[in-house]
Order: sequence, then C-alpha cells, then structure tokens
Amino acid sequence: MQVNESWKPTIVAFCCNWCSYAGADLSGTNRLNYPANVKIIRIPCSCRLNPMFILRAFQRGADGVILCGCHPGDCHYTTGNYYARRRMTLLFSLLDYLGIEKERTRVEWVSAAEGAKFAAVMNDFVATVTALGENKRLEDLRCKQD
Amino acid sequence: MQRIGVFVCWCGSNIAATVDVEKVAQVLAKEPGVVFSTDYQYMCSEAGQNLIIDAIKEHGLTGVVICSCSPRMHEATFRKTVQKAGLNPYMLEIANIREQCSWIHKDKEQATEKAVILGRAAIAKVHLNAPLTAGQSPVTKRALVIGGGIAGIQTALDIADAGFAVDIVEKKPTIGGKMTQIDKTFPTLDCAACILTPKMVDAAQNENIDIFAYAEVEKVQGFVGNFTVTIRKKARYVNPDLCTGCGLCTEKCPQKKAPNEFNLGLDNRRAIYIPFAQAVPKIATIDADYCTMLKTGKCGVCSKVCTAGAIDYKQQDELVTREYGAIVVATGFEPINVEPYGEFAYKQSPDVVTSLEFERLMNAAGPTGGTLLRPSDKTHPHTLVFVQCVGSRCDGDTRGKSYCSKICCMYTAKHAMLCREKYPDTEVYVFYIDVRTPGKNFDEFYRRAVEEYGVHYIKGMVGKVVPENGKLKVQASDLLENRQLHIDADMVVLAAAIEPDKSARPLATMLTASMDTNDFFTEAHPKLRPVESPTAGIFLSGACQGPKDIPETVAQASAAAAKVIGLLAKDHMTCNPCVARPDELMCNGCSACEKVCPYGAIHYEDKEFRGPNRTMLLRRVAQVNPAVCQGCGACTVACPSGAMDLLGFSNQQIMAEVDAICK
Repeated sequence: MQVNESWKPTIVAFCCNWCSYAGADLSGTNRLNYPANVKIIRIPCSCRLNPMFILRAFQRGADGVILCGCHPGDCHYTTGNYYARRRMTLLFSLLDYLGIEKERTRVEWVSAAEGAKFAAVMNDFVATVTALGENKRLEDLRCKQD
Repeated sequence: MQRIGVFVCWCGSNIAATVDVEKVAQVLAKEPGVVFSTDYQYMCSEAGQNLIIDAIKEHGLTGVVICSCSPRMHEATFRKTVQKAGLNPYMLEIANIREQCSWIHKDKEQATEKAVILGRAAIAKVHLNAPLTAGQSPVTKRALVIGGGIAGIQTALDIADAGFAVDIVEKKPTIGGKMTQIDKTFPTLDCAACILTPKMVDAAQNENIDIFAYAEVEKVQGFVGNFTVTIRKKARYVNPDLCTGCGLCTEKCPQKKAPNEFNLGLDNRRAIYIPFAQAVPKIATIDADYCTMLKTGKCGVCSKVCTAGAIDYKQQDELVTREYGAIVVATGFEPINVEPYGEFAYKQSPDVVTSLEFERLMNAAGPTGGTLLRPSDKTHPHTLVFVQCVGSRCDGDTRGKSYCSKICCMYTAKHAMLCREKYPDTEVYVFYIDVRTPGKNFDEFYRRAVEEYGVHYIKGMVGKVVPENGKLKVQASDLLENRQLHIDADMVVLAAAIEPDKSARPLATMLTASMDTNDFFTEAHPKLRPVESPTAGIFLSGACQGPKDIPETVAQASAAAAKVIGLLAKDHMTCNPCVARPDELMCNGCSACEKVCPYGAIHYEDKEFRGPNRTMLLRRVAQVNPAVCQGCGACTVACPSGAMDLLGFSNQQIMAEVDAICK
C-alpha cells in the first residue's frame, strides 16, 4: 500500500454548544495545539446529531467523524447525551458492519473545563485516522469536485 | 439568493499573526452569494460595528458572516449590530477563526486554509438562514411553593415581600417542616421554635400568601410563566373556617392509640389532633385511620364537645386549580429508615434511637417534656454512644447512601454538648469516620464539645450493639489506638443519613424537572445557576437539591425567591427562537418526539387536512410549544419521518456545513 506522506485526513468534529464547543474554545485560549484538519461544527446538543450527518460527511469525503458532548449526567438539556450515546452505538455498529473501521468514528465527553482533554482527544483521533488512511468505502465519487 | 457580506476580523494580532486575513477575505469574496468582503482590525469595536452597519445598508446585504472569535464571545454583540442595520439578528453566522483556528495553529498557510474553510461553512449555513423572531408569552404573576418547611416559608415570605402573590402547599396539617421538631440549632444553640414560629405566623398573616396545609399537588400543566396546577386539599373532617383551634376535641377524643408522628411515634396522640401548640394553621385534623366515628359510625365525641360546630364527618377531598408563573420546589428531606442496619439493634431495643428521635427526647415540647429519659424504662441514661454516618458515605453498601449527609457531624456535636451541659454525670462517646465541620464557627463548636464539654470522640465504627440486661453492649473499634472497645451504654443514638422526601420523585415527574441518582433535584448549572432547575420556571429551595443545614437552606430559599421575583417582574417572557418545528404534512403522529422531549414541550393535536376527492381528514400531528422548547434537537433525530426540524440548526444548514467542510 502506498503511503502518501503529505496526505492529511479530513476530520469533522461535532461539538455540543454547552460543554464541548466551550472546551474547544478553552483549548484555543490555552494555546493547546491540535492539527488544522479538524473542523468543528457547532450543534446545540449532542442529541441534535442526526446519524445522517455522519453518513453525509463520509459520503462527501470525510475520513473521520467525532462527536463531543457533555459528560453523562451533565447535559445542559438533562438527557440529550444519553440519546446521542445510544444512537451512536447503533450507528457505529452499522458502520462496522458496512466495513467502515470503528476507529473512524468516535464519541467523547468533553466538558467546558477540559480544554486539555479536547486537544489530546483531537491529536489522538487525527493520528488514528491518519494511520488508517483515506476513507474510500463510503465516499461518493460523484461528490468529488476536482 | 442571499446577498452575503463577509467580515474578517484581525483581532489585533490574535488572528492576523497566524491567519492571512486579507487572503481569507479575498478568497471568500468569490464564494457564491458573497457581494461584499472585507477585513478589519477590530470588528467588535465601534468603528468595526459601524463598518458592518454601513456595508449592510450600502450593499443591501441579507446575510452576514463574521470571521472572528468564538460565537460564545461576541455572537450577542454582532446580533445587535446587524439588527441596528435593519437586518434580522438571526441572519448572522460567525466563523470561529480565533479560538478554533489562529490560536491553535502555528503554520500560517494551514491556518489560513482552515479559516477559509470555516468561512465557507458559515457562508453555506447563512444561505439557508431564515429570519427568526423570538416569541413572547405572558407571565402569570403568582408563584407556587411546594413544601412548607423553613425553605418554603422563607421563599414565600421573600416573594410576598416583593409584592407578588404566592401559595404554599404543604402535605402535613401544619407548615414548619422538620425544623419544628428540632430543639436547638447549631452552632449558636438558639431554640429552633423561637426563630421558626414567628416566620410561620408571618407567612400566615401575610396577605400575599395563601397556605394550603394538608394538601398535595395533584397535577401540573403548562410551562414557564403559565403553569396550571391542581391542588388536592385533603379532607380534615373539620371545617377550617369554623375551627378556633381551642384543642378541646383533642383532649376529649377517646381514641388515644394513634402514634404521634410529630414525636416520631415515641408517644401517642388522639385520633383528632393538632400536631403541636404553635401549628399554623391551628386547625384540628381527624386521622381517618384511627377515628372510631369514621370507621364504625359510633362515637361523635369531638362533634359534641366542639362549641364552634366545626366537625364535619362528611367532608370530602377538594380539588383547587390555580394558575402560576413560577414553581418553587421545597420538598426537603427525611432521615433514612435505619431498620436494615440490624447490627445497631434499632428494632430490638427502644433505647436505640435516631438523632431526630433524640431531638424530640431533648425537646421541652417532646414526649418527656425535655427531660432525657430512656424510652424503655424512663430512667436517666448515664452512658450515651453516638454512631456517625449510619447510611452516609457507604459506597457499595446498598442499605445506605454514597454521599455525606453534611449535617450529622454538627448536630451530633450539639447533642453531645447539650447532654453534657444538662447532665454532667453522663459519659458521651461519639464514633466517627471523619469529623466534617466546614462552616462559620462550626469547627470552633466541635472543638468546644471536645475540649470544654469532655465528649469522647473516637475514630472508628461501631460493629455491633447487643441489648443485654437492660444495657446496650456496644462493640466498637478505636482506629487511632488500634484496639477493640466494649462499652456498656444506656442509649445509642444513630446519626441516620438524610434522603430526599419520598414525594419528590413523583413531583419531579409532574414538573419534568430532572433528578440525580439519589433523587435530589438537579440544578441548571452546579456553580452558576444553583437554584434553578434545568426546566424553565421551576426553582429549587432547600434540601430537595442536596443535604443542607438551616443557614444554607435559608440562603438558598432567598436566592430562589430572588430568581422567582425576577421572572414575575416581567410582563412577558422572551423565548429562544431556535426551537423545534414540525412539518405537519410529514408528521405521522407516532409520538416518538414527545417521548424524547425532556421538557414536555411537544403535544399532539387533531387537525383537519385536505384529503383526496375533496374530503377532509382528521390527523394527529405534533405541536411544539415554543415557550417551553429549549432547542436541544432530540426530537429532530427521533422523528422517523423527518418531520421535525430545529430552527437555526436545521438539517439543511448542518448538512451544508458538512458539505462545505468536506469539499
């Protein structure tokens, strides 16, 4: 297998507004580095993440998708992250069945105070996805705009 | 097609040092729909904001993208800015190129590229933005306080002082709560009744306060500002308007075998009773479980002796429905049942008592008139053993609670001190895991118990209590001296853990207020919003939120009152416009969204739709109450037909962002 040294994965990170998006902001305020190929999309709560969004990201050429939410029990909306956790468990097992490596998807709980954790999680996730290489299985080539 | 303006902020050198802001502005200018693009040193400054306002007016912009710091920082600022220019405030999106780009990346090329992509995602989203208007709902200027203990009374008094009407619902025949049963309060040793009963009277006499004693909340409907609550006034079999509280009936009633709950069953009361002399309202109540007249139809003594003619054996429960703007939960606590702790022989010996029972035995209004006597043989005890943490801090022991009950260390120090003060001939032992006395003058108080009053504090737990020949043989370990102790005690006092009142769980379900695993009510934010429930319009007061002593309870009660007053002072509430909205034509009425909604914001209505051949069909469709919906989006994903969407974070908007990022 050919390894392209300069290849960098495309990573989409969905962050809940109350905990993880604030945690991401905190890692910025503390100048904690993580790779630039992580792009964050703000959602009100982790339970807002429709599994369709993850499938769409993979279809459009994302190599990894990560969902960050409040720690269980700390959800701003009380129970949102529990729904998210169950939905993602189901979706990830489906993706696994389809042959998408489990390591390309992840759920992490990051509180608004855990800037360091956010950066560490992103560094680790990017390294994992980089090692896996490009996502080809779900990518829809018709979506490529080259 | 939107006419979009892009504004890239330098943030001095915060962004400009690692992001080529000019290039970002140039690249984004070529995006579809972008008619204006510029960069400026400080967009949030007055000059920067004027730049945005002028550009909106000059170029007729319909959407604005600002590439700057986090939206958590200046979203509100820029919303006001675009509103000043006559644009809807929700036609704005912010690309976070400071916290999530320039501050974390060192490579200028990479950071610039990422800033462009984040800008593109924001442009893609703003293309799909629609003007949103924050709705308004009226506020009913009356508050409901559930629970009439010191927490509820304090909250009600503070709300009433601000000029708002407030109702107290108390399930017992009198308000006052646990504090009425307490003898002295730590760390000042002032008498509990002396500081509580004036407040009870104040509450009863305040014209803004209505007290529903011997009543329970039956049903709660509505949302913040507009609750409708049904209250069940339980039958007392006494006409409250006629009863003067003279107490003659409670002396003449021949049924003397009803356990007196005010004294925790340490003595008996009559079937018709007034819980204690200072009860508010001071009205007699017939205990239907013990009243001979109600059970057999033969007696009627109370009715004969009542000169006011207040006895009414045919009285029924009465339902009252009232409207409220805010609800305060003040349901308080109760000590746990210590019977599962067989090793302490609580069931075998009446001389093993809980701390609250001990409180009654020391109280001048208690069963012994304030003289400390053993419940078994009414003799004066000489050796007392206090056992701490019975049911508190027991991880892995299913009989107890994992948390610290917080108040036990202090009240045990108080009990030990009062014992030694009243009866210097007694020996008092306290077995503890840790002594926890954080609080103003608390540690000084505990040290006085040890140093001045000579209470024996022993670190270690009691293993077993064996009743033998009228004594209690206490086996315990002394961890510091590493030895086993055998004490022949006359009384053993168990510091039982406290838990939320049993009524709290069903009440939380009624209110859709969340609870933790121990059934304490959860606050909206553990640090910054400690007296609000996550459910809008529900406030928390006192020990229903966690173990608390009296000063903390009163502080929280007043804090809750301040929040309620802030809510009731408004004529209208501004709602969050980013709420769920169902597409009625796609909705199939399956209730999936209703089940996941943590706020009860979704209900169903039967609506008429045009069917084939000019018929009208009645279909069950979801309706979202925008005043209650908090915009979490749980329902949007639960909906199997994709009928539910979230304004401001719609499926299309998030998909557009995904597309822009993955391109």
